Parts: sequence; C-alpha cells; structure tokens
Amino acid sequence: MDLAFSSEDRAFREEVLAFVEANLPGEIRDRVARGLGVGKEALTAWQRTLHEKGWVAPAWPRNYGGAEWPLVRRYLFQQVMGEAAAPDIPPFGVNMVGPVIYTFGNEAQKARFLPRVLSGEDWWCQGYSEPGSGSDLASLRTRAEDQGDHYLVNGQKIWTTYAHLADWIFCLVRTDDSGRPQEGISFLLIDMKTPGITVRPIITIDHGHSVNEVFFEDVRVPKENLVGEPGKGWTYAKFLLSNERTGIAHVASAKRQVARIKSIAGAEEIDGRPLIEDRAFRARLAAVEVDLMALEFTELRLLSKVQGGGTLGAESSLLKIRATEIQQSLTGLLLEALGNYAAPFEAESEDDARRNEPPIGPDYRDGALQQHIYGRAATIYGGSNEIQRNIIAKMVLGL
Amino acid sequence: MDFEYSEEQTLLKDSLRRFIDGRYDFESRRKLLASSDGFSRDNWRQFAELGWLGVAFPEDSGGFAGSPVETMIIMEEFGRGLVVEPYLATVVLGGGLVEIAGSAAQKSEILEPMIAGELMLAFGHSEPQGRFNLADVRTTAEKDGDGYRLSGKKIVVYHAGVADRLIVSARTSGDVRDSDGITLFLVDPRADGVSIRDYRTVDGFRAGDITLEGVKVGADAVLGTVGGAHPAIEAVVDRAISALAAEAVGAMERANEITNDYLKSRKQFGVAIGKFQVLQHRMVDMYMHAEQAKSLSCMLAMKLDGPDRERALAAAATKARVGQAARFVGEQAVQLHGGMGMTEEYTVGHYMKRLTMIETLFGNVDHHLRRYAALAD
Repeated sequence: MDLAFSSEDRAFREEVLAFVEANLPGEIRDRVARGLGVGKEALTAWQRTLHEKGWVAPAWPRNYGGAEWPLVRRYLFQQVMGEAAAPDIPPFGVNMVGPVIYTFGNEAQKARFLPRVLSGEDWWCQGYSEPGSGSDLASLRTRAEDQGDHYLVNGQKIWTTYAHLADWIFCLVRTDDSGRPQEGISFLLIDMKTPGITVRPIITIDHGHSVNEVFFEDVRVPKENLVGEPGKGWTYAKFLLSNERTGIAHVASAKRQVARIKSIAGAEEIDGRPLIEDRAFRARLAAVEVDLMALEFTELRLLSKVQGGGTLGAESSLLKIRATEIQQSLTGLLLEALGNYAAPFEAESEDDARRNEPPIGPDYRDGALQQHIYGRAATIYGGSNEIQRNIIAKMVLGL
Repeated sequence: MDFEYSEEQTLLKDSLRRFIDGRYDFESRRKLLASSDGFSRDNWRQFAELGWLGVAFPEDSGGFAGSPVETMIIMEEFGRGLVVEPYLATVVLGGGLVEIAGSAAQKSEILEPMIAGELMLAFGHSEPQGRFNLADVRTTAEKDGDGYRLSGKKIVVYHAGVADRLIVSARTSGDVRDSDGITLFLVDPRADGVSIRDYRTVDGFRAGDITLEGVKVGADAVLGTVGGAHPAIEAVVDRAISALAAEAVGAMERANEITNDYLKSRKQFGVAIGKFQVLQHRMVDMYMHAEQAKSLSCMLAMKLDGPDRERALAAAATKARVGQAARFVGEQAVQLHGGMGMTEEYTVGHYMKRLTMIETLFGNVDHHLRRYAALAD
C-alpha cells in the first residue's frame, strides 16, 4: 500500500494544472466556482481548447481521437479540472454517446459522428426518461415502428438536459413489445432538426432552464441511425450508465466548495467574531470535511482495485450516493453561512433590466442559492439515491 | 389542558380554508408573484373585511381581542396556501411593535388604519454584521434638535418596498451588541435619506435593503422608550417565530398531503411507489416531523403572553425543532416527487423553498439551540 502517486503522475498533474491556468478564461472559472451556469458558446470554446490539446476524451482509445490515459491519469486530470473550477464538458457526447458509438456502432457511424462529438461541433442530449418511466426506465413507451427504410418514432421524453441546445439526441425507443420489457428496446440517433420533434422547456425551481420535454410525432429516422442491433438498446444503455458512474464523486469540486464556505464564514460575523471561529459552525463543517475525506479515499480505493484488474460494479452507487449527499450538506452550510442574506434571489434572466442597480449584499452570495436549490436534483437524477441503494442491496449484498 | 379550537376559532379556520381553496390556487398565486407588488391588494382588503388583520389586537386598539392562537390559526392556513401577502411584516411585526411599545396616539394613528387594511408596515432590524443577534445594532440615531438623525443599513426587510411606514431600530447609546441603548423609530419611507433596494426572495416574497443616510425624524417618531427597545424587539420577534412556526406547520401538512397523494398515484415497476417500504418510512418521518412541529407551535402560541423567560425558552425550542422539521419535510417532499418536485410549474418545490427560508428567518436551528441552552442553564 502506498498513498503517493508516482513522480510521472505528479508531473502530469502539474502539466494539466499549468495548461488550465494558461487557457481557461477567469470569467468562466468564476462562474463555475459560484455554481452559475456556463453558456453553450463558452463551453464549446473550452471543449475546442481541450480538443486541440488532445485532452477532450481522456478515456477514449487513441484511434478514435482519445487520450487513452490509464485510470490514474484520468482521475488526476479530473481532479485538476475540478480544483481549477473548469466547467464540465457536457457529458452527453464525449462520455455517453461517443463510447456507445465506438463500441457498438458501425464504421460509417464512427466516421460520421465521433469527430464532431470530440470537437463539440455537435451537441448531444439523452432521450431516456419518459413521464411514465423514470426509475422504471425499462417500461419506456416511445415507439419506433419499422417502415422498411426508416423508423417512425412517436412518443415523449422528459428531463432532457440541453435538448434546447442539442443537434442530436440518442434515444431509447421501443421496437418490440412481445418479450420482456428490456428486450424490445433499441438505441437510436435522431437529428433534432427532423420534422415532428418539439422541445418544450421545463423551468426548474431555481428559475433555470436546462431540462426539457421532447415530443416525437411521426418522426422519420433513417435506419442507418440505429446503433448496433435492434432490441439491444438496454445492453448499450447499461454500458453507457457504467461510463456515467465513473467520476461521479466530484471530490475536487466539493473541496472547492469547502474552501468557499470557509472564506464566506471568515467574512461573515457572529456576535462580532468571524463565523468560522464559531465552534458549532466549525464542527459541522469539519464533519462534512471528514465525510468528504472518506469519499475521496473510497474513490481511490475503488480506483486501485480497477487498476489491479478488478471491475467496478455497483460500488459506484456508493460514490454517487455519498457525493450527492455531501454536495447537499455543503450548500446547506453555504446557506447557513450567508445568514439573513440567504433570502434574496434574483435569477440572472430576471435581473437583466436591473443591471445598473447596486448588487444585493456581499458579492460572494452570487449563485449560492441557485446552487442550493438546484442541488436538490442531485439526489434524484442519474438514478435516484433510493434506486442506488436498491442497486447496492441487490448487486453487492445479494439481498 | 385543552388543545382543541373553540367554536369561534373553528369558524375562523374554516373561513381561511375557504378563502385559500377558492381564491388562492397555485395558478392565482403564480400570477401574484409576477405582479409588481408581488401580492394582491384585493386580497389584502378582503383580509381586512374578514377581520383577519385585527383579530389578535385588543379592543382598545381597534382589534377583536383574540389571542396568539388566532394568529396561529391564520398563519397555519396561510402556510397551506403559501400566502405571500404581507401579514407577518405588517400585522405581526409592525402592528405587534406598535401594540407593545406605542403610545395611545401612535396606536390610534397606526393600528386603526392598519386593521382596516389601509396601512402597511415593515420592520427593519437586521444589519449586515448582526446575523440573528437582536442586540447587534450599529445603525445610529443622533440627537438633532428635538428629534434625531438616523444613519445605517437594514437588510432583508420583508415587504419594505410596499410599506407605508417603516419601523427601524437604531442605537441611541451604548456599544454594538449592548441590549440597552436601542430605540425604535417610525420612519416615512419617502423621507429624504431613505433608499430601498427591493428584490425577490427565494420563497417568492419581496424584501429590501434599507439605507438610512442622515434621515431626520421628530421626537414623536420614537416608538416606546428611548434606549429601552430591546425587550419589545425580543417579544415581537418571538411572536414572529410563533407565526412562522404555525406557517411552517401548515406548509408541512400540505406538502405531506401532496406527497402522500403522489406516492399513492405514481406507479413504477407495476405498483404505486408508496408500496416501497423505504418510501413509506420516509413519509412516516415527514409525518412525525410535522406532528411534533404542530405540538410545539401550539405550546408556543399558548405561552406567548406568559412570563418573558418562559416565552423565550418556548420560542427558542419551537424555532429549533420546527426549523429541522421544515428542512426535512420540504426537501424530502421534493425528493419523493423525483424530477416533478424540481419544476417551477408544480406546487411542491414552492413549499420546499418557503420551508427552507422559514428555517433561516429570525434565527436558524443553530441560533435557537444556543439561545435555548443559554436560557435553560
């Protein structure tokens, strides 16, 4: 056992850090650090910067344009990105559909889609959840009817992040309902400009817009857009989910949040002293810091297991559960640190007309409430924490 | 010992319930939030006509001689409907301070039109450095002829923007955080030197930061005794805590009903999700939180007019316990709804936002646990 990374790995870390420092605009870092959204243009620009460096897809094989780093490098890369408050590249292309295409797609699909996924030229969204199919995804009902040279798609998807910005959607659709629900599902790539697709925004309680409903009405999708075999979509989706669950611990961004809370609590007063010197507050923050340390070293231990040839299965659910719970505890402390100034809430879109008015309260409160409120979704999306616990109970504990 | 409502109190509750069910549905409320005041003046007039603005005040102040229990009943129903009219700011805090500290002349000048629905109030007390310490006042009142000049900043004053009269606290003597030396002043929001930066709050209300720059007020603007306002401030804040606890109880009960209905109707894996034991137990915890909060809310309402120390202990305990309950119930109501709970178009997220703020307003759990510990020993 050894906690230290090799000197090569440490040098790699320094190299990544220097690159981010030199290339990521300060304005973007500031927004990410406050938990505010970053627009499509800025995200695409950052993706291009990483792409030019060859770093946009750490896990992809080299022959498809990836970095093909070993696991430890991927981990370190992600840590540096998190520490530096670099925005996450939208996962739907690089982390999700890309690996499905290079693993299960045909040569024509690889040539057509992969370069544009890497460059950020195409934005992707994920058509999984439906109004009646959330936790029970396999019950999905969006239908793709075989019409000879094309599929005719009818149905509805919901909670589709970035559907309003995306060029393409990868969809789970039902092509057969004769057998088990999982068996009749296919994985279809659909151009968002196809006639018959309607995107309706869903405004969330933080007044933000990132998720949508997507309606399909007699949408013609060429057969060539089917990935792999018909009826195998569930297998591909599970493969994709296993990709989604690496790097979900978000330890680096949580550490940044701890530092932010300390800085705010250093400026806020309680009975004339800095809040951070208050024993009760400090003890609560310390408890979350210790939780975070337990998460960090659990992630490293799992990483070491995979590095040694093991596979990561349902243990990743542990990371997702603890990461999201810690994230929510931290925004709770952020709210607590702000005291009375936790209440004001002007979403940016509402604030446009008032740009010339003085800011409300101290500058550091910007974004904190949005982050706290929207952060409630973290224990819901990507498989709710209740579902994650079911997975551990069944897959790890055999209950 | 009796926790039941009297016949009159039941009638009051029923009339509130009818109003909320009939006039305060989710869509109507959404329109109010988007309006320029952020609430409805028509509703406010209706509150006055129905006697809700005066029910808790003594008859000699133009009220109907109700008790804190009447305020509790009103606030509980307001909590169920997530009512955004300035009842807490105008009636409980503003009216309460005038009733506790005001002269006979001030009472008739302010309480009568307030009870008639013609005058709105807001109480500016918290300051940027003060957190929840009610004695932490840095705003100054300097003697100027017969009157005073006020300078300082008051933050997150709910409904400051619509108030016809402001009540602000300022220091006439002593050091920051001395409980002696604080004085209350009635201030015209249109007076020279007063500026209000108003904004929306996370729970759908409006609030504002008030800046006072050498604001000139006369001797008759003093509410209560010079330098002796601290006990009145503590008393009125405990009334506000009682009102907020009741509001939280109403909001939790409604959020629990909505969530319970959802657990029964939402099907996944071929069954109602309420059949899953993990969700049943969560819902049970939400129910138990609401029940315990209700018990303490009733206790506080009944102790509110009692001896100061007993009142303060009850308020501290209630706010601490209700704060924990409010956070748990609000957040779990969203969680059990899945994505639906996160949407602005659906009710339950709005309950979560208000419950989150109630935990913070007038002192969070931590503050009131400290306060309890300090008083209990």
